[in-house]
Amino acid sequence: MLKLKVNEIDVEVEEGLTVLQACEKAGIEIPRFCYHEKLSIAGNCRMCLVEIEKSPKPVASCAMPATEGMNIKTNTEFVEKARKGVMEFLLANHPLDCPVCDQGGECDLQDQSMFYGVDKSRYKENKREVSEKNMGPLIKTQMTRCIHCTRCVRFATEIAGVPEIGAIGRGEEMQITTYLEQSMESELSANVVDLCPVGALTSKPYVFEARPWELKKTESIDVMDAVGTNIRVDTYGWEVKRILPRINEDINEEWISDKTRYACDGLLNQRLDTPYIKYNGKFEKASWNEVFNIIKSKLKNVDKDKICGIAGDLVNMETLYIFKEFFNKTLGSYNIESRTDHSYLNPEKRENYLFNSKINGIEEADFIFMVGSNPRYEATILNARIRKAYLQNKTKIVSFNNIGELTYPYESLDGDIENIKKIIENNHEISNMIKNAKKPLIIFGQSSLKSESAKYIFESIKTFLEKNEKISKEWNSLNIISKNASTVGSFDLGVYKTEDGSNEVLKNLENHVFEIVYLLGVDNLKLEKKNEFIIYQGSHGDKGAEIADIILPGAAYTEQNGYFTNLEGKLQKAYKASYPPEEAKEDWLIINELAEVMNHRKLFNDKDELDSSMLNQINLFIEKNNSIKSSNLENLEFKQEILKIDIEDYYYSNAIARASKTMLECKNAKINLKLTGTEG
Amino acid sequence: MLKDEDRIFQNLYNDRGSDVDSSKKRGDWTNTKDLIEKGRDWIINEVKESELRGRGGAGFPTGLKWSFAPKEVGSRPHYLVINADESEPGTCKDRDILRFEPHKLIEGCLIASYAVQAHICYIYIRGEYFIDGEKLQAAIDEAYEKKLIGKNAASTGWNLDIYIHYGAGAYICGEETALLESIEGKKGQPRLKPPFPALIGLYGCPTIINNVETIAVIPTILRRGGKWFASLGREKNTGTKIFCISGNVNNPCNVEEEMNISLKELIEVHAGGVIGGWENLQAVIPGGSSMPLIPKEKCETLTMDFDSLMAEKSGLGTAGIVVINKDQDIIKCMARIARFYKHESCGQCTPCREGSGWMWRMLERMAKGEASRDEINMLGDVTNQIAGHTICAFGEGSSWPVQGLLRHFKKEIEKRNNLNPIFDKDKNIPYLVDQHLLDKKDA
Amino acid sequence: MSLRKPSKEQPESFKFNSSSLEAAKTIVAKYPKDKQQSAVMALLYIVQKQNNNWIPLAAMKYIGKFLDMPYIKVYEVATFYTMYNLAPVGKHFIQICTTTPCMIRGAYKLVEACKEKISDNENELSKDKNCSWTEVECLGACVNAPMMQINDEYYEDLDKEKTIKILNTILNGKTPKPGSYRGRTNNEPENNRKTLMDLKNA
Ligand SMILES: Cc1cc2nc3c(=O)[nH]c(=O)nc-3n(C[C@H](O)[C@H](O)[C@H](O)COP(=O)(O)O)c2cc1C
Ligand code: SF4
Ligand code: FES
Repeated sequence: MLKLKVNEIDVEVEEGLTVLQACEKAGIEIPRFCYHEKLSIAGNCRMCLVEIEKSPKPVASCAMPATEGMNIKTNTEFVEKARKGVMEFLLANHPLDCPVCDQGGECDLQDQSMFYGVDKSRYKENKREVSEKNMGPLIKTQMTRCIHCTRCVRFATEIAGVPEIGAIGRGEEMQITTYLEQSMESELSANVVDLCPVGALTSKPYVFEARPWELKKTESIDVMDAVGTNIRVDTYGWEVKRILPRINEDINEEWISDKTRYACDGLLNQRLDTPYIKYNGKFEKASWNEVFNIIKSKLKNVDKDKICGIAGDLVNMETLYIFKEFFNKTLGSYNIESRTDHSYLNPEKRENYLFNSKINGIEEADFIFMVGSNPRYEATILNARIRKAYLQNKTKIVSFNNIGELTYPYESLDGDIENIKKIIENNHEISNMIKNAKKPLIIFGQSSLKSESAKYIFESIKTFLEKNEKISKEWNSLNIISKNASTVGSFDLGVYKTEDGSNEVLKNLENHVFEIVYLLGVDNLKLEKKNEFIIYQGSHGDKGAEIADIILPGAAYTEQNGYFTNLEGKLQKAYKASYPPEEAKEDWLIINELAEVMNHRKLFNDKDELDSSMLNQINLFIEKNNSIKSSNLENLEFKQEILKIDIEDYYYSNAIARASKTMLECKNAKINLKLTGTEG
Repeated sequence: MLKDEDRIFQNLYNDRGSDVDSSKKRGDWTNTKDLIEKGRDWIINEVKESELRGRGGAGFPTGLKWSFAPKEVGSRPHYLVINADESEPGTCKDRDILRFEPHKLIEGCLIASYAVQAHICYIYIRGEYFIDGEKLQAAIDEAYEKKLIGKNAASTGWNLDIYIHYGAGAYICGEETALLESIEGKKGQPRLKPPFPALIGLYGCPTIINNVETIAVIPTILRRGGKWFASLGREKNTGTKIFCISGNVNNPCNVEEEMNISLKELIEVHAGGVIGGWENLQAVIPGGSSMPLIPKEKCETLTMDFDSLMAEKSGLGTAGIVVINKDQDIIKCMARIARFYKHESCGQCTPCREGSGWMWRMLERMAKGEASRDEINMLGDVTNQIAGHTICAFGEGSSWPVQGLLRHFKKEIEKRNNLNPIFDKDKNIPYLVDQHLLDKKDA
Repeated sequence: MSLRKPSKEQPESFKFNSSSLEAAKTIVAKYPKDKQQSAVMALLYIVQKQNNNWIPLAAMKYIGKFLDMPYIKVYEVATFYTMYNLAPVGKHFIQICTTTPCMIRGAYKLVEACKEKISDNENELSKDKNCSWTEVECLGACVNAPMMQINDEYYEDLDKEKTIKILNTILNGKTPKPGSYRGRTNNEPENNRKTLMDLKNA
């Protein structure tokens, strides 16, 4: 600990802090523009100047290490003069166009100029002209407002790992731009909008949409992938205007992916706002009563073994739970499933489907081995953490396949399953790398779990890890990147039928065993429909609705309260920021009402009862799970094959994204980038 | 006047040729091995005893700087970097060393490298000095050939490689950390300090950076003894120094003289006097464009060393003396210097980036008599808001000359710029674009 | 300096010729392993030499690949340093120092000469497309002011007439002799030497 003084008050702070951080510990705020906790220190804006005894010049506190006995002053005339001076320079060439600036109301420059009582400069010469830069479909530029703090440059280089933004020229003429003015090839690019302390980089899709103080802000959880990114949803009436990150150091720090941020315009399009029934191949509007009664008569007349229910990718846990209850209790059926492909699942232990090392555990890893995973697209935010680990510790990273450009260097094997065999037989250099690592990280992605050898790959590596004591209380190196926001929740709640890794419900569905299929928000199922009667419940007129016979309009994730468990097993709650459009209803309610129609009895009296029943169930499950030991699977069958990597259509991966204009633009921008060959 | 035999740079005017053999005749490379055999401590001590201060502008004691290099070489190699960026207006001394006394520099590099335990030395030469760099390269090649550098350099057992790195037109790369960035292949933007380069410098390794002249005088100091060097000049301002005398003098020249020589002697004896006679003198910039000018009254008795110039609120800097006579418009002269700084600011710090252009534009108007009365004090405010508020000393370098002008020629500016302050509702100033500022009385 | 913009007309591609490649490899070898980015400045010069004294965008990309560094970093370097020409300049590229030490000894007369002989404006090619001129900041030859640089060479101790003479020589396709145009030796005080006397006479 260091003892020092801030404004004559004695404080003790840990070693290794900067003067700015020490002041914050002492409860004293220091103005800043260029400094950002998550970025390297640039020290260029000069706003954070403080006085330090014995130093004749003011000192940039963001860059100065705190030392024993320092006497720091932040409230003297000396400091005030220095700050005012810097402020005046910042405003010298600034257009002062706050009334037409989208940053208005949440602009650091505006706030600080008010606070420090300088809202203009005596600069009377002509202001600098700076041309606008094209930075792609997400980022709008107004470069005259730029204060050259280089946060965006540092973000692109350090966090996103795509050094594509730079400051060209020098002196007064220095300008921020992307190389040849192209959009940034990063799935995190729009974070620069949040980072930009002024209105130089603003959100293109959100341009002139609203003023921040007009918006209702709701803290929530993202569902675009299984990471469980913490977000804030800003709404104006029904409309979700924008989505911003919330800080959660364990999960997303303060970043969100472009998809998380910008798929939200998909919440406004292609919405299902009333129940529909298909007559002669055409959808017709119907009332809730009508559709419930038809469903009731259909279900009553079919053998319960001929009914199945599939849950989709964005469904919250309350709904999953009541869906299961509906099948088990109301219908007496166990034909439910949440996997829409034949990926391998061993639900015996929870660790078999979790990212056990935890997202922030990645930073401690000393070796990373990825099997059939492209984290950049499967879990963008998690990928940023891998990059951070690489930057901090130069962590060695090996992928089982060559998976193209990541945001960090890695070595790759040729994808032959033979390698797995060698690894577990201690016949491969990877074997030693895993064994020698203190905290190895083995990451299984969707492609490995979907492959024919999935069981072999997963179980044999797991056994290998157990044998070598890489799965223990201290460190569990077994990590699965789940596919969807609802994946872990559905497994925790038991929304599957078979426990042997197979997907019997899906197989039967494909063999047209079922007569009635209840799709709960399922839009990613490849189903050749024959004579099945399909009930679709969901928010968007997407793929599921297309093949439906009856449509029940549900709510999107921003329109109902709901729990999600992220890929590391953390339970988080998404809050209702808006409400379902027109006739649409919250999803749990639809099922509860349907149950009432069927049996004259609701499953739950209200949402609270549902919540506590579900949470109870989860707690019991986790408790039980902790005490069981996993059974060893011997004699796994090895089959020679090459692991194939599935390339998902990143910007089009779910119903909301597919309804989003912005996602379409991103997709096109990326295609164009490839076409112009700037890649190489 | 300094005795000729006490001049270190015997070939300053290239009377004798710059090749190895001619240089050896002047004493270079004669007993390098013996010097090095006396050991690191002896060398550093001798340099400390000589009281040599860096010739690059800041005047930092060289022996002290060398002693900052880690005593033991750890996992990271040490580097020696020579600053031959020489871009300070009024300065052209290092160029003469590069082309006429390259072996003094190379031998100095070997000794300094040994003293700070570096096996690689980069010489950063401004890109414009390409031809002079070629001459140095020829000398380096020759030194390799004669085994004076390379493996077991000059039979000292020390290995040393010397490489030239060319700049490409950026004054700021003379600042030592910007120079390191530039060698690393980046924009020349100065680094934050701490950490200091002696511990974390080039490629993150311990690095000692010195000016060309500083290093080139080292072999002679060691041969003739630190005491000899210290006996020249005066306390803390010892030795000899190359002065560059440019501007309105009859015989502009470079000359090596004793530290603390009088300015008048330099101008009158060596540079043939002020054009139009001493009475025609208006002011002198004593140490390169960054140093505040000194008006004629003070030039009479001024002596040229670090401390006496500091006492006059100026500085010796690079000892580039620019003589300005009364035929010149002093405001215009300073406006042109301000333009230089505007052009050369690296752009990272707010005050320097925004302030240097601001000062230039105001001075240009002041030269034309288009500024209002109140702006003169405002210009002073702007300089104070820059100096001391930036990452590197460029902030001082750009504002000091303006402060010097305001200090000594304020009357001159006031005479020419007598417009009413704009807030007296004289709206006819063409430069007033922010009309909305008028709405506020206290703006 | 206004932001030096890359030329509108850009070649599709760029490649080092064999001698440039050779030179580039020698340069890279001067720096430690993994620090090849240090060579970027020298490589930009090599491009400039190979490509008629200017650097096309394709070459920056080429260098980025050559040194395994991001394109934008090459671009940053190329736009930061003023000696890199991002658009075509004359084969004879004349740079006149007009900073104060040169200015007070008449540098703007040299500018006049250029305007008369080469082109009305800075960075504009002469009629025969062979020359262009520009004002630059201090070239570090202040005691030989006023002076100018043509390509690599310094021409010192000039005045307007001497400049016109030099320009004429160039326009006639000949190479003028570099150095002082008052016939003095380097940086010594002209006809007034008081130091190193025995050497002078030796
Ligand atoms: C803006 C700026 C420009 C500088 N330019 C030069 C230069 O061109 N040559 C030089 O030797 N030192 C220059 N310096 C000083 C160097 O930073 C450094 O102090 C010097 O090279 C150290 O060498 P010395 O101790 O031998 O003087 C400059 C400093 C600043 C702040
Ligand atoms: S003071 Fe000027 S030159 Fe120095 S680092 Fe700051 S912006 Fe760059
Ligand atoms: S916050 Fe410290 S200099 Fe910008």
